[in-house]
Amino acid sequence: MSIRLEHINYIYSQGSAYEKHALKDVSLEIPQGQFVGIIGHTGSGKSTLIQHLNGLLIASSGALYYNGQNIYQDKYDMKSLRSQVGLVFQYPEHQLFEVDVFTDVCFGPKNQGLSKQECEIRAKEALELVGFPEKHYSQSPFELSGGQKRRAAIAGVLAMRPKVLVLDEPTAGLDPKGRDDILDQIAQLHGQTGMTVILVSHSMEDIARYVERIIVMNKGTKMLDGAPREVFSHYRELEQVGLAAPQVTYIMHGLKERGIDVRTDATTVEEAAEEISGTLHFLRGHR
Amino acid sequence: MIRDITIGQYYPAKSCIHRLDPRVKIVSTLLFLISLFVQNSLLGYAAATVFLGGVIRASRVPLKFIVKGLKAVVMLLMFTVVMQLFLTKGGDVLADFRIFEITEKGLRTAVFMAVRLIYLIIGSSIMTFTTTPNALTDGMESLLRPLNRFQVPVHEVAMMMSIALRFIPILLEETDKIMKAQIARGADLESGNIIQRTKAMVPILVPLFVSAFRRANDLAMAMESRCYNGGENRTRMKPLVYKTGDYMAYAVTVIYLTATFVLGRFVPFHLWIF
Ligand SMILES: Nc1ncnc2c1ncn2[C@@H]1O[C@H](COP(=O)(O)OP(=O)(O)O)[C@@H](O)[C@H]1O
Ligand SMILES: [Mg+2]
Repeated sequence: MSIRLEHINYIYSQGSAYEKHALKDVSLEIPQGQFVGIIGHTGSGKSTLIQHLNGLLIASSGALYYNGQNIYQDKYDMKSLRSQVGLVFQYPEHQLFEVDVFTDVCFGPKNQGLSKQECEIRAKEALELVGFPEKHYSQSPFELSGGQKRRAAIAGVLAMRPKVLVLDEPTAGLDPKGRDDILDQIAQLHGQTGMTVILVSHSMEDIARYVERIIVMNKGTKMLDGAPREVFSHYRELEQVGLAAPQVTYIMHGLKERGIDVRTDATTVEEAAEEISGTLHFLRGHR
Repeated sequence: MIRDITIGQYYPAKSCIHRLDPRVKIVSTLLFLISLFVQNSLLGYAAATVFLGGVIRASRVPLKFIVKGLKAVVMLLMFTVVMQLFLTKGGDVLADFRIFEITEKGLRTAVFMAVRLIYLIIGSSIMTFTTTPNALTDGMESLLRPLNRFQVPVHEVAMMMSIALRFIPILLEETDKIMKAQIARGADLESGNIIQRTKAMVPILVPLFVSAFRRANDLAMAMESRCYNGGENRTRMKPLVYKTGDYMAYAVTVIYLTATFVLGRFVPFHLWIF
């Protein structure tokens, strides 16, 4: 159970004046159950990359395997792929269209050919998973607040019970609280369901404390790929492409340069605080 | 998916034609189109070919693109040519199919009608390939300004046109995104009978309209908060000013017109089409 990309290239509007080579020789493998962050500057090809995962975009060259099967082979069942790899687009609330939230969330399962009853069970389950309050189920999706709309839209994809959930910048345009709420909810979702979760973002700070692996995209190529602390250790290269490691990385490196012997691979504020106080304790003891 | 429509599209390049004032391009294109329809001598068309060829070369738009634009109207072209071929009578009969016949005059008219239409399409698409929609509406507004005297709201019409043009690519992109999002939720847009397909459009059209209204609203708000209230006393940040190159372009057009006129009037009779 995994997704494997081999030498994927993608070119938009090939042969026209607006030709754009958006993905260049991208290879990677994502095992089932992993919580992955894809990060990169605007225009680095993140959205293009993830649209390949459920076959919405077909690579100009290269191969993509889902569970070991080449999805570009003849007669591959794209519809089933799309219900197994759920893709939540950027600003997903722009896709809401039904008269009420509950019916809208039922749209996905209905397209899967499930019975009305089953659709409702799944819709309810999905709305609960994203923490959408029950009292708003029968409200028009257009009357909700930004954060609630987004939850409803994410539930619309979750209701299909995908094995892989891909979210394109799920926090774009939300306030800091709404952002943290959504991210916490997604992390919780990953813990509860064992789904593969792929989280796209352009902010390191956002995803650093959640994901177990970070893939850094730059100008259509895969620049770095590894555990967060490993990726952040390349903070100078990240800066050069307009990204930044979390602030704690800078603090730890700064301390080290000034002669305080701390480990520099902390990724969250909590870890850093612990490391610093531990080191200070140690130094005091030796005075 | 939807983005591959090329007709009326701008082709970004750096060329002397791209740099020309939009008014020059509009006026010259119009004159060129008129010249196509008033002349009917072989040498006149030769002059048109030279003129058009020169402009295409100077514009740096690949020929491939121009031909692509022609493909869209190929049906219309065929229809016109066939009609001309069979329905124009005169001169020797070349072929006789009992019910209809092809005459010498019919053949000539058909051939030249085809050339006219092709030149017409190429001529006007050169204008849209080398001029941004915004520059085009600016040029139109400036050229039509005298109509203000007759109570025609020239500025308002031009503003509406440029807004509409500006929104076409945005709405196409939006449609593309919404379609993808619904396909990702399992929507089936391709199969089924006409009723099922129409129903399948609802999840696309509702969000599209919602978004169009939202954008219209935002735009109106933004314009009002910058105190926009129509054309009166409004000045431009970049007023259209003729430069040397523009006068030269006008001169080239005038030379072309004179040439076709002279050639049309004074060439030997046997080179005439009708
Ligand atoms: N539909 C499209 N047509 C043409 N070019 C596109 C299209 N979508 C994206 N691009 C271009 O491809 C590049 C990568 O875009 P994208 O994958 O959206 O980046 P990101 O999601 O990282 O911001 C950008 O340069 C963008 O302009
Ligand atoms: Mg994107």
